[in-house]
Amino acid sequence: MYRYDEFDHQFVRERTAQFRDQADRRLKGELTEDEFRPLRLMNGLYLQLHAYMLRVAVPYGTLSSRQMRQLAMIAEKYDRGYGHFTTRQNIQYNWIKLEDTADILAALAEVEMHAIQTSGNCIRNVTTDHWAGAAADEIADPRPVGELLRQWSSLHPEFSYLPRKFKVAVTGAPNDRAAVKVHDIGLRLHRDGKGEAGWEVLAGGGQGRTPIVAITVREFLPEKELIAYLEAIMRVYNLYGRRDNKYKARIKILVHELGAEKFRSEVEAEYARHPAQTTEVDQKELARIAKYFALPQLEKQSRFAPHFEQAKLDNKEFARWARNNLAAHSTQGYTIVNISLKPEGGIPGDATGEQMRVMADLAERYHSMNCASLTPRTSCYPM
Amino acid sequence: MSVIEKGKVMTANRLRDGIVVFLTRSGQWSEKIDDAVLALEPRAAAALEARAKDDEHATLVTGGYLFEATRVGGRIRASHIRERMRTLGPTVRLDLGKQADGTEGGFAAPEEAA
Repeated sequence: MYRYDEFDHQFVRERTAQFRDQADRRLKGELTEDEFRPLRLMNGLYLQLHAYMLRVAVPYGTLSSRQMRQLAMIAEKYDRGYGHFTTRQNIQYNWIKLEDTADILAALAEVEMHAIQTSGNCIRNVTTDHWAGAAADEIADPRPVGELLRQWSSLHPEFSYLPRKFKVAVTGAPNDRAAVKVHDIGLRLHRDGKGEAGWEVLAGGGQGRTPIVAITVREFLPEKELIAYLEAIMRVYNLYGRRDNKYKARIKILVHELGAEKFRSEVEAEYARHPAQTTEVDQKELARIAKYFALPQLEKQSRFAPHFEQAKLDNKEFARWARNNLAAHSTQGYTIVNISLKPEGGIPGDATGEQMRVMADLAERYHSMNCASLTPRTSCYPM
Repeated sequence: MSVIEKGKVMTANRLRDGIVVFLTRSGQWSEKIDDAVLALEPRAAAALEARAKDDEHATLVTGGYLFEATRVGGRIRASHIRERMRTLGPTVRLDLGKQADGTEGGFAAPEEAA
């Protein structure tokens, strides 16, 4: 999986130190709540109905076992023993103390995690398919592009004060497990007749009080044009998106009000105005990022595993579990295992610290270093 | 038959941990709604607002506001469901919040006559 470089480490450390100072000043009364609110929201800290809530991003849903264990530690030391995994691949802690938050951010930074841009009118955590990198039906792993978008969108000066929050999802598979059609921007990978990768770009989807299915803005965008084209969409939204009414401020409303044709023509005009040269995706950089996500060398195994088949015959409950929770892996003889975070009668997405550690242990034990989370399921597979 | 008193309660979140608190007659902040002082007339409500503002400056609490409530048989009942939820805890996790800590509001108090 992707590892921070020294710049990333330093940036996150500095941001944590800044927040520690801001929280101290708030607790001493040197900052009012009006002054402090935007600062805490920039670091994912909300004040909700019952207590503070800290939302931590899990970029494109990929977690290492080490990170999962740190999340468990935070749940037990600073919260009430659990965390809530969300549909957009974040984890939320619902009983956080303001006075502990800087220590929590420091603990997250130790394992290359943070809560930046998990709130506010900016580009939020880039999400993807929870089977990304391992699914049998995948054209290519979408996470390198997810990481590219994460780097592009992090603290982007032009897109930090959008009309409203902005959510991007990416899928590399024909089966849309990333829900790209209900995101502000959705990206879906295709290959053309020559085998070149290109992205279908969707925009204007969303859920919430006004559910809308996204329109396709471009059927097939060459990968190298991706950032420039997304910037064109963002600029159209930034310019025309409403700022007078938060319930009408999402891009889905703009697309709906303008109509698909007008929106497309605005985006294309903006794209033509700003040629792609300056933001062309550097294929070397993308290849460098992609190396972090390469699967280990897995030898193909027989499709038929006698012990597994016998276990299913001997134990009906195991057979039922296997039928409902296994999915086809890209390497023959391996499987994706879904761990449900949706217990009967329980809260979808909640996991105790102990459960997080069990997931981390399982991920390591079975050749795996990573877990990918997406409520209601967490998938563990060889990475 | 118990007398029903209508008034306003001052609530806020404690600054350091965000927990829901209510202003008491002695000017302290309690986690229990039943400890809250019920302002029965506008001048009393204004005094509660002034006290809350002072305590916001003193960094004890944040986001203070008044809400409507009734007192029946010595127990205080918030008029709005939102406030009732704040006095109990998460509706989906009864093992958490005030309802689990023993600081919950007593909503067994009889409803007002229709």
